[in-house]
Amino acid sequence: MVCYSPHVSSAGTPQNPRTPRHGAVVRVTHWLTVLAFFALLITGGEIVISHPRFYWGEVGNSTMQPLFSLHIPASRDTVPTGYNYVMPDQNGWSRYLHFQASWLAVLTGLIYGIAGFWTGHFRRDLIPGRGQRTWCAFRNVMAKTFRRGPPDAAEARSYNVVQRATYMIVIFLLFPLAIWTGLAMSPAFTGAFPLTVIALGGRQSARTLHFFISVALLLFVVVHVAMVYLAGFKSRMRAMITGRAVEEERP
Amino acid sequence: MSPMSRRRFLRAGLAAAAGVTGIAAADRLAHRYGLIPPDGGGIYGPGETLNYAAQRLLTPHAPAREFPRSMISKTPFANAVAPQSDAFKHLQAGGFADWKLAVDGMVARPTEFSLADLKHFPVRSQITEVACEEGWSYIAEWIGTPLQGILHEVGVMPQARYIAYFSIYPDWWDSIDMGEAAHPQTLLTLGMNDGDLPVSFGGPLRLRVPRQLGYKSVKYITRLTATDSMKKFDKGLGSAAPEGGYAWWAGI
Repeated sequence: MVCYSPHVSSAGTPQNPRTPRHGAVVRVTHWLTVLAFFALLITGGEIVISHPRFYWGEVGNSTMQPLFSLHIPASRDTVPTGYNYVMPDQNGWSRYLHFQASWLAVLTGLIYGIAGFWTGHFRRDLIPGRGQRTWCAFRNVMAKTFRRGPPDAAEARSYNVVQRATYMIVIFLLFPLAIWTGLAMSPAFTGAFPLTVIALGGRQSARTLHFFISVALLLFVVVHVAMVYLAGFKSRMRAMITGRAVEEERP
Repeated sequence: MSPMSRRRFLRAGLAAAAGVTGIAAADRLAHRYGLIPPDGGGIYGPGETLNYAAQRLLTPHAPAREFPRSMISKTPFANAVAPQSDAFKHLQAGGFADWKLAVDGMVARPTEFSLADLKHFPVRSQITEVACEEGWSYIAEWIGTPLQGILHEVGVMPQARYIAYFSIYPDWWDSIDMGEAAHPQTLLTLGMNDGDLPVSFGGPLRLRVPRQLGYKSVKYITRLTATDSMKKFDKGLGSAAPEGGYAWWAGI
């Protein structure tokens, strides 16, 4: 199939140039989320090291066949890893910090979510515009990205359809799933809301899914930072810190 | 300062003041209603307090999940425990006939129970999952008597807020709040899967706290103490777990 709409701008309607590239709520919640995410990533990794085996279903332990295991030494000598080396136990502070960072992420996400509806941020910046909601627009952006073609003028001020789709998947799918699968490992929470873990196929399934969702979020962060770097690290960072896009800085 | 930025400055100041006042009010309410866990201080105190307070406010009575008999794990996994002391081996040689559970502290009638005494209390069983903080888990049937009945028998005083429990192992102890202690699934466990509780799983006596992770279910229990404050015990953090870096409330 050939796409006949190469001249349709892949970005949304340009905004009034006086409005900031990113609003104050977006900027503050972005950096709080960065803080929470790295705390969650590091501590989550430490917790996995104590049992780097993954199972499917309700139960799983060292006497059972895992679905898969990470080929790394564990921080417990009871785990059969094939290594003679036992890593230091970091689970205590890791678990404390993991949940503290979870609260930061959830409360930040709540503020962001409410503000996103209230200020029209979701409608304006994330939901693809009418002209964008086609596979053609999607393919054009992908093709141009892989050709390393120059971005549209509008793309410095507004997201294209691939960016919008990615951010929406991260915000409305991956983050909620990470919270859900995390809570589905809590004996107190699942006692009160058993369907939250039954729907996932059991406690060990929830743990395995939590791991994959975390990997997906990490992949997003890697690509996100790479794109920021390619698009101009200084100007994009300035936009997310001060709110001003780079064009306004020029005389 | 332009009127626009002054307005923004005022608005930000008001929001900050409201935030600080709100946190101070929440802190006072949390203290009054006992929502601060014993390890609620320090840099991880806010997260730990939010975890504990959320459970106390939202799901105080919810039971741990129970499972059908068909889901009992064929190969349960017992975490390794350091070699047993001579005192334990001596009791084991006598078939644990001399094992004693002392119940003291804020109780009307401090009492020592033998295992035979405990078997006179109503027998309950539950098929619940032991989930370790490391990530692994298994399901077993646990047989014993609810802690609630023992506490009723010794007459726990109304001002008691925690039950501390101690293992025959030195420096292995923990505590739960009265809500958890009075929960029908909190079980003084003597049996597992239709037999006596094996030593590797905490036999002859383990306190099962199935709404929390495995490390709250301390093995080889010899003493229970009712108290109004955990500050009196060791470093005052509520159990040996926070002293080793682990959270006191282990429901997540």
